[in-house]
Amino acid sequence: MTQPKKASKKLPAKTKEHKYELRLYIAGNTSKSMTALANLKKYCEEHLVGQYRLEIIDLLLHPQLAAGDQILAIPTLVRKVPVPIRKIIGDLSNEEKVLVGLDIRPAKS
Amino acid sequence: MATKLKNSKTDPNASLKKSLTGITGLDEITGGGLPTGRPTLICGSAGAGKTLFSTEFIIRGAVEFGEPGVIMTFEENIADLEINVASMGFDLKKLQKDGLVRIDYVRVERTEIEETGEYDLDGLFIRLGYAIDSIGARRVMLDTLENLFAGLTNQAILRAELRRLFNWLKEKGVTAVITGEKGDGGLTRQGLEEYVSDCVIVLEHRVTNQISTRLLRVVKYRGSLHGTNEYPFLIDEEGISVLPVTSLLLNNEVSEERVSSGIPALDKMLGGVGFFQGSSILVSGTAGTGKTSIAALFANVSCQQKRRCLYFAFEESPQQIVRNMKSIGVDLTSHISAGLLQMHASRPTLFGLEMHLVAIHKKIKKFKPSVVILDPITNLITIGSVAEVKSILIRLIDYLQSENITVMFTALTLNNIVNEQTDEGVSSLVDAWILVRDVESNGERNRALYIMKSRGMNHSNQVREFVITDHGLDLLDVYLTSDGVLTGSAREAQLLNEAAGAELRTHAVTRKNREIERKKLVLEAKISSLKEEFEGVQEELNKTYLEEDLRKEILEKNRKQLSQQRSNKTKNDTTEKGK
Repeated sequence: MTQPKKASKKLPAKTKEHKYELRLYIAGNTSKSMTALANLKKYCEEHLVGQYRLEIIDLLLHPQLAAGDQILAIPTLVRKVPVPIRKIIGDLSNEEKVLVGLDIRPAKS
Repeated sequence: MATKLKNSKTDPNASLKKSLTGITGLDEITGGGLPTGRPTLICGSAGAGKTLFSTEFIIRGAVEFGEPGVIMTFEENIADLEINVASMGFDLKKLQKDGLVRIDYVRVERTEIEETGEYDLDGLFIRLGYAIDSIGARRVMLDTLENLFAGLTNQAILRAELRRLFNWLKEKGVTAVITGEKGDGGLTRQGLEEYVSDCVIVLEHRVTNQISTRLLRVVKYRGSLHGTNEYPFLIDEEGISVLPVTSLLLNNEVSEERVSSGIPALDKMLGGVGFFQGSSILVSGTAGTGKTSIAALFANVSCQQKRRCLYFAFEESPQQIVRNMKSIGVDLTSHISAGLLQMHASRPTLFGLEMHLVAIHKKIKKFKPSVVILDPITNLITIGSVAEVKSILIRLIDYLQSENITVMFTALTLNNIVNEQTDEGVSSLVDAWILVRDVESNGERNRALYIMKSRGMNHSNQVREFVITDHGLDLLDVYLTSDGVLTGSAREAQLLNEAAGAELRTHAVTRKNREIERKKLVLEAKISSLKEEFEGVQEELNKTYLEEDLRKEILEKNRKQLSQQRSNKTKNDTTEKGK
């Protein structure tokens, strides 16, 4: 048994109104999940300092939460705010794709 | 990782265990249902009934067999699904509330999803696992997994994950049904059959001659015997019913019981009693010969004997038949309201032949009649070939005999020549065959009835005239003369002729008798006069006798006197001389 990650661990939030509300769904300490988390943290620190709130949900502990955001794949990053909801699945290894997907950076023309 | 998901529940010895589907007929084909604890693939083109099939499996499992089920749908949302099954009479909302069914709608929207790097479908596994565990589900339905292929681009991951999913489902020990859209090359578009190897069922919707037939076929069922044919199935307000038609063993129980045909004279022809219960009877004849009337009378008499009767009409509406039968003094309305008679009218073209058979089966199963009437089977030919109709009827007769139900078919023969074979070729199948035909002569048309065959009883070989009156049907003796068979008014004329002849004859007889009487009197008078004459002659003769006797006597007397006198004289003479 691996030690599952604590659920809903809020990362430091500097302002009350966050421009970005992100949720990362993972299932236990799989390598994919860990990679995704590490990648996400890196991008956020680089591009979204102070503008985001990140929730990490471990579905092994809270399986009932999977249906709410229509989670199929693990890991999945959900951008709740701003709307529309965006989902990025995978270990987030492609920084460009993640940033474009989150609308942080416009797609290269 | 994800160890929680891998709590094995499968028992290696349970490989042949089956889960009843509750779907009419399917359990017979598969010999007990779908393989327990294994995934089954249901594939077919759009509108073939895949979703309905699998939903019914889940719902019936929950309602009838106490096995809770999870529905994971990728296509329809929960509200749509609830509405769809409500039309089949299932209350999905209540089942969810009772914890018997859990529905999870998985929406895969490509526009919302961006893929970067490695991922797996653990999310799906977790959702499914959570749903299964929350209600202790034994059955799972996945409809349609292929939608994942539309939403996710990484095929390699997807395929690997699907393989893992099926293995995981097996380990979970749930009986799963997975639907798959029909593909060009294989059974499914995404080759799902390659992952599901235990049981594959194909549903099809085939249109021949503009008439559609739904067909079901068990393509594969590992470790089990199964019917391999294509079976027609029906979707109606009670869900799916499949018709298994493989039970063609000729070992039905037979009945010695006899049932009246409703026409006393016909019963008399049939060994004096009637048909055997559970036999099949064919009434064939040309148009307008009263086949429906015979059928209606048979229905009538069955109902009077409190036997349930199911009447399938393919030409006329029930109201029409009821009205028409009133004209021959048969009141079917009372039987209908008493619940003894049920009439079903449907145009043959309403659906395919096989569907008709399924529909008939279903109604018979529900109503449990002891008499079934199909009027007429000829119309079925419009929607199928002779061979097809025959195969349908064989199966129907077979089924009815196994249920000990008497069946009467009517069939229209199209020509006036007496066929040794009906158009549907069923004559060899039926137990009794009654033929009604037209006899046309002297400018009128009459009906003649005879029994072509009647297995297992001594039956009349006579052609009888068949008359329809206000009070029902009757059979009369046919007059055979040198001119041939006389029927109708020719028969009446013959009857009158014979009556007149009889009258004349009796008249003649009486006259002769009188003459004899007269002659007798005359002779008797003659005899008496002769007698008198004889007596006269006798008297005359007697008189002469007497006279003669008298004369003789007198003469004798005289002679005696004379001789006496003479002797006296001589004596005196002597005395005188002696003195």
